[in-house]
Amino acid sequence: MNLDSKIPAGPLDQKWTKHKMDSKLINPANKKKFNIIVVGSGLAGGSAAATLSELGYKVKCFCYQDSPRRAHSIAAQGGINAAKNYQNDGDSVHRLFYDTIKGGDFRSREGNVHRLAEVSLNIIDQCVAQGVPFAREYGGLLDNRSFGGAQVKRTFYARGQTGQQLLIGCYQALAKEIHAGGVQMFPRTEMLDLVVADGHAKGIIVRDLVTGEITAHAADAVILATGGYGNAFYLSTNAMGCNVMAAFRAHKRGALFANPCYTQIHPTCIPVSGDYQSKLTLMSESLRNDGRIWVPKSQETAEKIRKGQLRARDVGEEDRDYYLERKYPSFGNLCPRDIASRSAKEVCDDGLGVAPTGKGVFLDFEKAIADQGEQAISAKYGNLFQMYEKISGDNPYQTPMQIYPAVHYTMGGLWVDYDLMSNVPGLHVLGEANFSDHGANRLGASALMQGLADGYFVIPATIANYLATQKPGAVTTSHPEFKRCLGEVNDRVNSLLQIRGKRSVDSFHRELGLQLWDNCGMSRTPESLNAALQRIPKIRDEFWANVNVTGTGGELNMELEKAGRVADFLEFGELLCHDALQRAESCGGHFRADHQFTEDDPEVKDGRTQPGEAKRHDDEFSYVSAWEYTGVGKAPTLHKEQLVFEDVTPSIRSYK
Amino acid sequence: MSSLNLTLKVWRQAGPNAAGSIETYQAKDIPTEASFLEMLDIVNERLITKGSEPIHFDHDCREGICGACSLTINGIPHGPEGGITTCQLHMRKFSNGDTIWIEPFRAKAFPVIKDLVVDRSAFDRIIESGGYISVRTGSAPDAHAILVPKEAADAAFEAAACIGCGACVAACKNASAMLFVSAKASHLNHLPQGQPEKHQRVLAMVKTMDNEGFGNCTNQYECEAVCPKEISADNIAKLNRDYALAKAHDALV
Amino acid sequence: MNVLSRTLCSFWGSSIGKKTIVALTGIVLLLFLPGHLIGNLLVFLGPDAINEYGVFLHEAGHGALVWVARIVLLTCFVVHIVATVQLTRQNRASRTPYAFDATVQASRSSRLMIWSGLTILLFVIYHLLHFTVRVANDFDGPAYQTTLEGHPAQNVYKMIIDGFSWAPATFFYIIAITCLCSHLSHGVASVFQTLGFRSRKASTAIKIFGNLYALVIWIGFLSIPIAIFVFGYGR
Repeated sequence: MNLDSKIPAGPLDQKWTKHKMDSKLINPANKKKFNIIVVGSGLAGGSAAATLSELGYKVKCFCYQDSPRRAHSIAAQGGINAAKNYQNDGDSVHRLFYDTIKGGDFRSREGNVHRLAEVSLNIIDQCVAQGVPFAREYGGLLDNRSFGGAQVKRTFYARGQTGQQLLIGCYQALAKEIHAGGVQMFPRTEMLDLVVADGHAKGIIVRDLVTGEITAHAADAVILATGGYGNAFYLSTNAMGCNVMAAFRAHKRGALFANPCYTQIHPTCIPVSGDYQSKLTLMSESLRNDGRIWVPKSQETAEKIRKGQLRARDVGEEDRDYYLERKYPSFGNLCPRDIASRSAKEVCDDGLGVAPTGKGVFLDFEKAIADQGEQAISAKYGNLFQMYEKISGDNPYQTPMQIYPAVHYTMGGLWVDYDLMSNVPGLHVLGEANFSDHGANRLGASALMQGLADGYFVIPATIANYLATQKPGAVTTSHPEFKRCLGEVNDRVNSLLQIRGKRSVDSFHRELGLQLWDNCGMSRTPESLNAALQRIPKIRDEFWANVNVTGTGGELNMELEKAGRVADFLEFGELLCHDALQRAESCGGHFRADHQFTEDDPEVKDGRTQPGEAKRHDDEFSYVSAWEYTGVGKAPTLHKEQLVFEDVTPSIRSYK
Repeated sequence: MSSLNLTLKVWRQAGPNAAGSIETYQAKDIPTEASFLEMLDIVNERLITKGSEPIHFDHDCREGICGACSLTINGIPHGPEGGITTCQLHMRKFSNGDTIWIEPFRAKAFPVIKDLVVDRSAFDRIIESGGYISVRTGSAPDAHAILVPKEAADAAFEAAACIGCGACVAACKNASAMLFVSAKASHLNHLPQGQPEKHQRVLAMVKTMDNEGFGNCTNQYECEAVCPKEISADNIAKLNRDYALAKAHDALV
Repeated sequence: MNVLSRTLCSFWGSSIGKKTIVALTGIVLLLFLPGHLIGNLLVFLGPDAINEYGVFLHEAGHGALVWVARIVLLTCFVVHIVATVQLTRQNRASRTPYAFDATVQASRSSRLMIWSGLTILLFVIYHLLHFTVRVANDFDGPAYQTTLEGHPAQNVYKMIIDGFSWAPATFFYIIAITCLCSHLSHGVASVFQTLGFRSRKASTAIKIFGNLYALVIWIGFLSIPIAIFVFGYGR
């Protein structure tokens, strides 16, 4: 299979402009004849649905939540990047582009990333005009902060609720279009399959989660904006409902799944406290601006803290190891997420962890409070401190927080070209659900930017390239493929309901999650991955033999919803491990313990990096892995899209 | 880790048209570190193992921001703590032997779908009727073209912090949606960008609110007391004022 | 229908509009109360003071003013009641009851507004029949006529003393005024909120003002029956 990224030729900073100029147009009178399905109503899906409707297309938008305003984009805390350079600190489109490429460990496309940086400017304008209440200075201008390892202040924020404010803006735009009649909204409706008719994505099969009714919807193009697959790990910072079903169904219908092994582990989450735990709560990364991360230098001290015999405050300065400040003097506690996460795992593996489970490090505000005063710290982080105290019962003003990494964002996703269209014609994929812009690691405050870039500015321009080749309404639900898919979906739902075994859906999800976290989590080895690949099919077999899905299909049945999602995770987990096994290098969110720098490497000897750092193999792995589905339990087929670097030269990603 | 033994009195209702009733469950060995929803997960896991139908409840983000959770705990939406959602309520706030009453958010405008799950789509319809600024994508001026005084931006933010959970309606003795509607209207009405459509927005949103069957505000501030985001009833005062002005404008200008 | 009347109708038909009307009519009634109270308190200055006040009320503006006042007050009173009864019925219809009902901070007075209000309504009807229409008593008879500076005048003083010498009337009066106090303790502060003049910062001051107002009205009105019935003033 030839994977053509369709990146336009020409200078990097003119590719997008040129591409828009070269793109096809559909005249206003014809636009209303085209129907577009948008699955997902988060920042990417919601903004796409609203904007496409504004342009005149007829849009159907689906979400599993009871309202489009609850999509999990809402939980993003920190902010959104844009190369506005309002702070006059040397930012530019090119610098945002470079930081994103470098942050992604040189595993993303130059063309896509540059476009993202260009469009970032328009996003802020759009959101401000919509009434998004970004933080402001006394003069009435927008405030910015530095975030997630950036050395310029380019992050726009609305206290700790940037995601919620952006999503409300996007939801309001969507509501405006629903009112205007351009968007028909289907809340509490879940996509269960993609319909590919005559080689083109022409519709979806959905289940009304309230009545249980399973129906088909046809359209001229399908857009998936269904988020990431972090919940494959069971415990993650994702919402409980986040799932891979839509993307995985598309994958099973022929769409390639790219780079699934790039999973981002967020360094600042509240540690796990017990088996009953259903999710992990993220503490905003902005805390790392003032908090210092440390563990005790000795295992004995750590042991005493774990047992509650010693308090953090009683550990003297000389007995503390501020390991990030020690290892990365210039970035310190602000080093990128993957590095901060892995370092936490390393110190905990060395027996220095401080949480009762041994998996936790301190995030300490003692010095910040001493330097800036409690009031200043409370003004910046008051709500986060409060949230922490509510969950953990500890007061961060008096005792350091305990944090540990957790699965947060997934860079991998369905393969798309520059037009955001997958290899299945007509199927477009936006936001976290695609793989395109973050490479192997996403920088803080870039997810919101990408979701909105895709939805507000990219897809509205590029979808015409596909639609212009199509006759509107050519395929309807009377096409035999719709009937076949409906039959398959009904069969699957019925078989889930008929198992009536002994174990709950959650128990399988938890078991799978543990496998993936232990064997394909922050640190991976061929042995661990092979072990997972052995184990996952067994869990899957037991699931299909022994799961108990209570209730019926003709009603609101949350167990049935979960069962369908977990069934897909049980297949997807294998794909994740296959990709991680294939990529015999370490990069970004993918760390292979067998590919790290050692004392013997010349890069370590000349001081460019240090032992234990991720070791990329650009000569062998500078490509996108795009996997083709071949059947349940069968090894997927790998396709490669070579990454071409014209503007930047991949280098060792050093944050020393 | 300590644990609790609790008695739960839970509203069970098979479907929108079924009659519901309170059922009693024993929740034994609940870890105090668990959140309220995780306590329900544990109870549900045990129900499923016995082959019974689990208790249905809405939930999603479990970090207090999506606004999906819609439980009333001992008669108070999101429980007795104040300033948090149900998912942020932890079992350490309860004592061994407690009896906990768990009911859905109750209002005629929020019909029960199943057990503790209610239909809050009336809120969406209120927003659709006018809770937005009409700005086409791509038509926005530079973000710094409009200066917004910090005070206005902060006031707008405070109102915009509303997560649309509906606790205000559930707590109100009259099932009034005034706190929600006023927060949504104030968010935009505080900002310079929101001025051109201000009157129209206020009139349309209030009209939809009335038509959806919510009750009337009687200034008791139960809404403000239970709001997980501590949205101020000042927004209601502002909406009252804005509404009168909009009506006067409508009639006289 | 012209634009203005259409707007008024839709204003009345909307939740906020109707509440605004409740607040505005409430203000009129609130302003009436201290005036009425001051007049009543003249009873403590002896028969001539209050009787003179009675004459003044009836003769002010060639006798027209009392009718203007009566019409305005009656209209506000009726509108206030009709609106609140309608609002309350809507509120009842909007609510589904909880098996376990709880209240976080709503005051008892705020929850009893309709009942305190209806009690006041009954009282006002009784009060008007008693003192204004003078049904089932001989207040219009010669026993209640007196002279003031040579002119014949109604002996308001005696009406009050005799009125409050009868236990059931006094008892009802005390209950009604207590209801009024409860009604005001929520109503006064509510006016500020409904008309949009309350803020979190001013809320405490408004609440104190409302409660003080209610207290003053309560003490003021109750001082008369208690002085007469309990302490035998004027009997």
